[in-house]
Amino acid sequence: MRAAPYLLSLPALLLFAGVVIVPLVMTVLLSFHDWGQYKGIEPVFILKNWQEVLTDSYFHEMFWRTFRIAFFVTLLAAVFGAPEAYILNRMKSPWRGLFLLVILGPLLISVVARTLGWALLFGGNSGLVNKALISTGLIETPLPFMFTETGVVVALAHVLMPYMVLAVWAALQRLDPQIENAAVALGAGPFTVLRRIVLPQVMPGILSGAIIVFALAASAFATPAIIGGRRLKVASTLAYDEFLNTLNWPLGAAVAVLLLVALVAIVIGASRLVERRYAQVFG
Amino acid sequence: MSRNGPLALAFHTLFVTFMLAPILVVCWVAFTPEGFLSFPTDRWSLRWFYAIARYPEFISAFWRSLWLGALSSAIAVAFSVPAALAIARYRFPGREAMTALFMSPLMIPHVVLGIAFLRFFTQIGLGGTFAGLVLAHIVIVLPFALRLTLASAIGLDRSIEHAAVSLGASEAVVLRRITLPLVLPGLASGWALAFINSFDEVTMTVFIAAPGTETLPVRMFLYIQDNIDPLVTSVSACVIVITVAALVVMDRAYGLERLLVGRGADGR
Amino acid sequence: MAFLTLEKLTKKFGTHLAVDGLSLEVEKGEFIALLGPSGCGKTTTLQMIAGFVEPTAGAIRLEGRDLLAIKPAKRGLGIVFQSYALFPHMTVAENVAFGLEMQGVAAAERGKRVGEALELVGLAAFAGRFPRQMSGGQQQRVALARALVIRPNILLLDEPLSNLDAKLREEMQIELRQIQRTVGTTTVLVTHDQAEAMALSDRIVVMNQGRAEQIGPPHEAYERPATPFVANFLGKTNLVNGATVRPEKISFGPAGLAGKVRTRIFQGNHWLYQVDTDGGMVTVIRQNTGEAMPAEGAAVHLVWGAAP
Repeated sequence: MRAAPYLLSLPALLLFAGVVIVPLVMTVLLSFHDWGQYKGIEPVFILKNWQEVLTDSYFHEMFWRTFRIAFFVTLLAAVFGAPEAYILNRMKSPWRGLFLLVILGPLLISVVARTLGWALLFGGNSGLVNKALISTGLIETPLPFMFTETGVVVALAHVLMPYMVLAVWAALQRLDPQIENAAVALGAGPFTVLRRIVLPQVMPGILSGAIIVFALAASAFATPAIIGGRRLKVASTLAYDEFLNTLNWPLGAAVAVLLLVALVAIVIGASRLVERRYAQVFG
Repeated sequence: MSRNGPLALAFHTLFVTFMLAPILVVCWVAFTPEGFLSFPTDRWSLRWFYAIARYPEFISAFWRSLWLGALSSAIAVAFSVPAALAIARYRFPGREAMTALFMSPLMIPHVVLGIAFLRFFTQIGLGGTFAGLVLAHIVIVLPFALRLTLASAIGLDRSIEHAAVSLGASEAVVLRRITLPLVLPGLASGWALAFINSFDEVTMTVFIAAPGTETLPVRMFLYIQDNIDPLVTSVSACVIVITVAALVVMDRAYGLERLLVGRGADGR
Repeated sequence: MAFLTLEKLTKKFGTHLAVDGLSLEVEKGEFIALLGPSGCGKTTTLQMIAGFVEPTAGAIRLEGRDLLAIKPAKRGLGIVFQSYALFPHMTVAENVAFGLEMQGVAAAERGKRVGEALELVGLAAFAGRFPRQMSGGQQQRVALARALVIRPNILLLDEPLSNLDAKLREEMQIELRQIQRTVGTTTVLVTHDQAEAMALSDRIVVMNQGRAEQIGPPHEAYERPATPFVANFLGKTNLVNGATVRPEKISFGPAGLAGKVRTRIFQGNHWLYQVDTDGGMVTVIRQNTGEAMPAEGAAVHLVWGAAP
């Protein structure tokens, strides 16, 4: 009887040991290898790649840009996604279910197709976005969106917005609607209720959504590749470049491992903070 | 629930417009009669849809994605069922670590996984093969399958199995007549969610797919790298329509919210 | 020889002693109730008889045979679980037929016996329904039919009525008793409701912290409790000047323990009083006979005695 759970999990454990752990370990080892244009990969143990990735200002700029983009994407997602989730929650069915489908549905649509849409909207001077902005008088000359950080941020915010809405929505479902009623009965106005009753309870949902969005934005590949182009690189596209164009696999591996470590540290650290801060509220 | 005021509804309208704009634009441009990217206004044409037939690599990539998705999801579900039963039923040392391990592909950037698989498969001779693709996709979609299978296993009232045993059922009979039928809805939805994630996956696949084994998203991505023309918009429009249809079916059958949040699952 | 014997049955979960050397002899056809607060070990005892929990020590014998040596699937016991545990993907008839299927009973015979069992619990018309289409009370009766149709040696009931509302629970108690009398199956009931235990059982086992504090017919346990725990658990008690007195045994008389009525509550067929006395607060219960009763604040004298 004692062995049962281990026996049951054995197939999946073996699979993961062989197909996840081994390759990851190999990648870490790869980052310590040497590489030359003519000699290829040399299986030694040197720190050259890591020194380059950690000290070269080019890589600093790449990672800084990656996290900067991720930060703004997260900000946009929180500022727009959270209120939308709240508004959705207050709708009556069938609108509620319908719009939930409309907003969460895109998650299942290919990210390439969605990003292509943004490339079309941003395209050149005749892009629809610019046309719309000019026609409402917000700007006079077309703004560049393609191949800019702003464009990448907007497109990524679109791609990842459903995750934020989902996280806040899930948090809202756990709220007891009577609590809001109790506050109203004690004389609170709608904004007070929002600010002092709903928001504090929903905050853990917003924060966990933010963590998910940040992690996904920092590791995003297809959207920055298409919107940002060859010249505006982020960590993922940088690793891709080293691996498939330059063929400097060890350096690419170092970039990838650094991204992984940084993200794992940020996600776990942030999750712990959120848990600790809100443990007192939710027990 | 209380109604939303005009300000809220205006915000909501802008939000929905933002969410739908790129998707609608792709579908719109796909109907252009011109030979270049433009927004059709008075004349609409299906020429770029017919043109897909002249690019067999897109069609073969589509079937490959379908087959890859179906196969890897089925295998992932098969692996996840015993693991879910173990996690749901027993308290044993290493339970949490193991669950975290199985969920880890969610936290590992797909770029890293792509690189790791590329290196690994090249070393063991699976580089650029369909088998390698399947293995990689199984691992990537397993967390989704596991999450839903786990929710189903947890939701299963253990006393129902006890009742069957007390009425004389052997372990095999309990599994076949009681446990599996009751866990099946979770399995089906786990498969569906896994399939979608496999079908759309591009970041990792772009590293390990070779010219003969490309999936549809990879083919589309590589095409866009070189040029954006109406062909890729018509292909995208087809993908969008198929996905939306599948979405509606899944929502009716199971509920989109349950599919994405995972009833009873903890955290992410 | 008794039909079912529990011999010094013990169960330890880690350091926690759930059942402590419980010994019990049950005669064939008896209705026994294991009664006690949550955590007293009654459910664990039932699970050991059923075979879902293995005892740490002790023995269980059924008609002299060692029951512990037999796998749960082969013990031939009928169990009604607290959550009913009906198979949601099978109809009522299929649920009830399951045990017969496992026994290898032929289809025609199965159909006949399922029909009889459903008649017994009054659900013959519901054979084709699914559990989710039925109310709690109906589901409970299906569970009972399913347990009885296999003609078990022993019927085990794990708090079967706790999920029902009060009125339904009373009705089910009467029905359960009638069914058990009709079929004659030896029954072990687990409950935390002392009224239910006393209403249904031939003998009560009052359990506390894994041990049986008293085993005996309900009336005896009530009137002559062996320990203070039993006295307090089976009904209300007062401790007045060293004596333990039941509230319904106290009446208002011309002389006796002096006191003042603090609270008076009308409960339909009886009045509930809280009276302040020198000996402490005393609870008094008087039948509603239609006579005038002392009001709140009145000065009264309390009488009770050995006289029947």
